[in-house]
Amino acid sequence: MIKTDILIIGAGPTGLFAVFEAGLLQLKCHLIDALPQAGGQLAELYPKKPIYDIPGFPEVMAGALVDNLMEQIKPFQPGFTLGQRAENIEKLEDGTFVVTTNEGVQHCAPIVAIAGGLGSFEPRKPQLDTLEQYENKGVSYMVKDPEMYRDKRVLIAGGGDSALDWSIFLADIAREVTLVHRRNEFRGALDSVEKVQELKNLGKIRLITPAEVVQLQGKDTLEGVLVRRNSDPQEDIRVELDAFIPLFGLSPKLGPIANWGLEIEKNAIKVDNTLDYQTNIPGIYAIGDVNTYPGKLKLILCGFHEATLMCQSAYQRIHPNKRYVMKYTTVGGVTGFDGSKKEAPKAVVKAID
Amino acid sequence: MTDIQIRITDREGEDHTVEAPTDMNMNLMEVVRAYELAPEGTIGVCGGMAMCASCQCYVLSDHELPEKSDEEEAMLSEAFYVKESSRLGCQIAMRPELDGLHVELAPES
Repeated sequence: MIKTDILIIGAGPTGLFAVFEAGLLQLKCHLIDALPQAGGQLAELYPKKPIYDIPGFPEVMAGALVDNLMEQIKPFQPGFTLGQRAENIEKLEDGTFVVTTNEGVQHCAPIVAIAGGLGSFEPRKPQLDTLEQYENKGVSYMVKDPEMYRDKRVLIAGGGDSALDWSIFLADIAREVTLVHRRNEFRGALDSVEKVQELKNLGKIRLITPAEVVQLQGKDTLEGVLVRRNSDPQEDIRVELDAFIPLFGLSPKLGPIANWGLEIEKNAIKVDNTLDYQTNIPGIYAIGDVNTYPGKLKLILCGFHEATLMCQSAYQRIHPNKRYVMKYTTVGGVTGFDGSKKEAPKAVVKAID
Repeated sequence: MTDIQIRITDREGEDHTVEAPTDMNMNLMEVVRAYELAPEGTIGVCGGMAMCASCQCYVLSDHELPEKSDEEEAMLSEAFYVKESSRLGCQIAMRPELDGLHVELAPES
């Protein structure tokens, strides 16, 4: 069981910054995120897009902001459970919470801070009748372990970066890679598009465009699919395969958190914005885009503020008898759990003759 | 005149005629959210960057709309329930010539 002071659900900008504010109060944090990397939407949806309303940054790339936050919180050694979704929460007799992920990993903390943004990112599934019956029997929506596809026949559908990147990666591992997309044009980094072109010319990737998978076939497990070319809808192409990986992007869903007994309004968690962003369950907070209150704005800068107040409140819950006043980092410096120490250089006191 | 009228058929099939300002740099997705014609979290998920297709709609009137950008075109090619008349609401700016526009919101996916 992973133990920490503040368990943060969601490793987007708000969740990451909470680690820093908690660290200043000597509280340790652990983060859970459904995505395989930290950064939330910024890393998943728009890493190369600029943001103009982060105070002090006239312009910053979303990906760079995540890198900066990771650097800023490094001294506080946060733990991460990535690629897993927080599924259940249980309150123990001593008042602490145990949060279990979809893979059964348990986390225990006196404070839970939900910084879940718009929810956990779930794969968008194409509209195919029997798709769900083949899930884990040949159909999967993400590549977790590429080795699973060694010497297999794989068909990837989609036209974005992940479809391109996995086609390239699996071309070296799988026996056959077929890439199907509804258009001739792909939406991805230029070098990925060029690489797929090259692999296609070498015969290592079979490209079928503009086309769509229209039917799945197979007795118990998936054995083949029918691909329909837009230009020739009369004659479907049957592709024999072992694995079908539709990669049509991710869409955020509030998911299991919706069933934790929290007050929900408009797909967001209601919190007390007059004080500390606590939910209706004492000890559980909601910060950033995932919460709602009168006048709520879903802005990163608002998430930072909410994370800061949440940490002060968490400190008081954990140490009800300790007195504390907030200290400026310029005055107190930053002392990391890793032994590092950052502080303002001392002023020189010297007479001028 | 700075306001135009837009007719929006929501995902339940209900019709709404709403006023949209043309001087606030607003797009169709934002108009839908401003009037809460689709639940928060189910529309405008990416914030209006043509990166999620949650604001896909079908254009039902014969207004002349600006051409699709490459980004919109590419996103629609990956979206579901796409028709000939599909557009991304976030890419349609509210302008005086769109007065009377009628759109239907595409299903959530």
